[in-house]
Amino acid sequence: MNKTVNQKAWFLVLPVLVLVAFSAVIPLMTVVNYSVQDTFGNNQFFWAGLEWFEEMLRDERMWNALQRQLMFSAIILAIEVPLGVFIALNMPKGGFWASFCLVLMSLPLLIPWNVVGTIWQIFGRVDIGLLGHTLDALGIDYNYTQNIFAAWATIVVMDVWHWTSLVALLAYAGLKSIPDAYYQAAKIDQASRWKVFRYIELPKMMGVLMIAILLRFMDSFMIYTEPFVVTGGGPGNATTLLSIDLVKMALGQFDLGPAAAFSIMYFLVILLISWVFYTVMTNLDKKGM
Amino acid sequence: MAKITLDNLAHSYMPNPASEDDYALKELNHVWEDGAAYALLGASGCGKSTLLNIISGLLTPSQGRILFNDTDVTRSPTAERNIAQVFQFPVVYDTMTVRDNLAFPLRNRGRAESEVAERVQEIARMIGMEHMLNRKARGLGADEKQKISLGRGMVRRDVNALLFDEPLTVIDPHMKWELRTQLKRLHNEFGHTMIYVTHDQTEALTFADRVVVMHDGRVVQIGTPEELFERPEHTFVGYFIGSPGMNVIPAKVDGNRAYIEGTELPLARGYGALKGKVAIGVRPEYARLSSSEGLPVRVRRVEDVGRHKIIRAEFFGHEIAIIAGEDDRIGADMTRVTFDPAHVNVYANDWLVAGEAA
Repeated sequence: MNKTVNQKAWFLVLPVLVLVAFSAVIPLMTVVNYSVQDTFGNNQFFWAGLEWFEEMLRDERMWNALQRQLMFSAIILAIEVPLGVFIALNMPKGGFWASFCLVLMSLPLLIPWNVVGTIWQIFGRVDIGLLGHTLDALGIDYNYTQNIFAAWATIVVMDVWHWTSLVALLAYAGLKSIPDAYYQAAKIDQASRWKVFRYIELPKMMGVLMIAILLRFMDSFMIYTEPFVVTGGGPGNATTLLSIDLVKMALGQFDLGPAAAFSIMYFLVILLISWVFYTVMTNLDKKGM
Repeated sequence: MAKITLDNLAHSYMPNPASEDDYALKELNHVWEDGAAYALLGASGCGKSTLLNIISGLLTPSQGRILFNDTDVTRSPTAERNIAQVFQFPVVYDTMTVRDNLAFPLRNRGRAESEVAERVQEIARMIGMEHMLNRKARGLGADEKQKISLGRGMVRRDVNALLFDEPLTVIDPHMKWELRTQLKRLHNEFGHTMIYVTHDQTEALTFADRVVVMHDGRVVQIGTPEELFERPEHTFVGYFIGSPGMNVIPAKVDGNRAYIEGTELPLARGYGALKGKVAIGVRPEYARLSSSEGLPVRVRRVEDVGRHKIIRAEFFGHEIAIIAGEDDRIGADMTRVTFDPAHVNVYANDWLVAGEAA
């Protein structure tokens, strides 16, 4: 069969190119533009080279924010993944209750970020919040505006509440794809519950779990709205995560140059970690875990 | 090893079965003798897998009891029944090596590692996978995976029964034959009670001492391959076994005479006057083309399958298949067909009528 050569077909790609250019490439290039220039207002810019990058790399403020960010992502992954899998394992496999659970689980996923933040901000208040007031009445010193530990606990629990469902739903989908024969064979082989999990369920869930981990990592690494609404980055800078810091720098202080350098490095870090994830994932897959 | 007794067993997938049609498995009494090899033969959806799953305990019957020797196991979980089962599609533990896969059922039962190693080696030799014991099971082909499943099923020596649920469906034809021979050898060697579900008559007839033919949720005949061939108890057995299947032709039967569309045929036995839907059944092997006697037929085509010829003829709209020898002459004048009276079976409402010696 002869292939027809039709260069005009490239025009079909044009709409996508235009869309991507306006939604990603041009804004990103603007940022790159800011990151290598300095301004004193009046829309006058001066070439600054890599100065902002050097300054940001020496700046303890960014390193601290990065440290907090990594800690936050690590904590929520360590909680959400096992918890999500545990929930998925215990969900009904079919019938009314399965649908009921699925709807219930997807509810938090449907709530807008700033509303989630507001819910928890009020929920945790010592004066009128159910959680804050109850803990206070129990004699526990809980005040997320003053206590660092309380602030962290609040944003971690909030994230777990908001996103564990996603992990659970993905894990549940993985579990549902396991044919019955596997469980029957396991019964006949007299495999214990743990072995069924270890040798049947976990390997079959691995693919979707990896996707869940990647999604949760990326989302948590760029989280902004919820902690901003609840703690505003406080007390002090205790919950100032990368994106909160970035917004403070760019819009609060209007330090466009450093903020642009910051966001490019931020972007590269996400890219790097995602790439590492992806490589490790595909290698594990090849080796058969 | 055990004798398995099915006592008034029946199963329906509906919570409140009203009529007999609601039962996937109709009432059944049967004893599977200890150490025999059975094949459970039937078309898809005839209830054979249901029966197998009831025996293995993956399904609890709606009615009746199952006894292993004299112990009632109807409500016992699968693990307690000590049976092995191989499924239609390969079930392997992907992340384990072939060796660990084979050892899994033994290790779970806490056998000594020396015994496990010896047994695994033996089974690996039998399924021809000794050279890949250290490979991960993931990435192997479907037939290799199925061989692992078979091996896992056979690795325990003391099982009460070995159940196979169409295990060779995914296997290559030449490997099929080899594995079936190995299963047979294994049976002769260890004397396990084996139940082999299949819809393939060759598989059933070559594997089993006794074949259980199922149709529409009912066991229609249990017999040796020879009995199934010579005296099918039900017209379904006639159709289903043999290639081509038995000719079943509606007829009137009176004493030791049958009448098909007015033409008289002699029978070897007397049947009195039969009521209901009466038919005669003749295997193509016992039909013969002739130029002078028998039913006048129209020969539609002749198929030469190598070792014999199959003649497709028609008599008043009833199709009749005839098997003729490879060297038999089939002339244009051979427009009549005769049946060997000794091998003509008579059916009333699809069930065989015994008849009396005439």
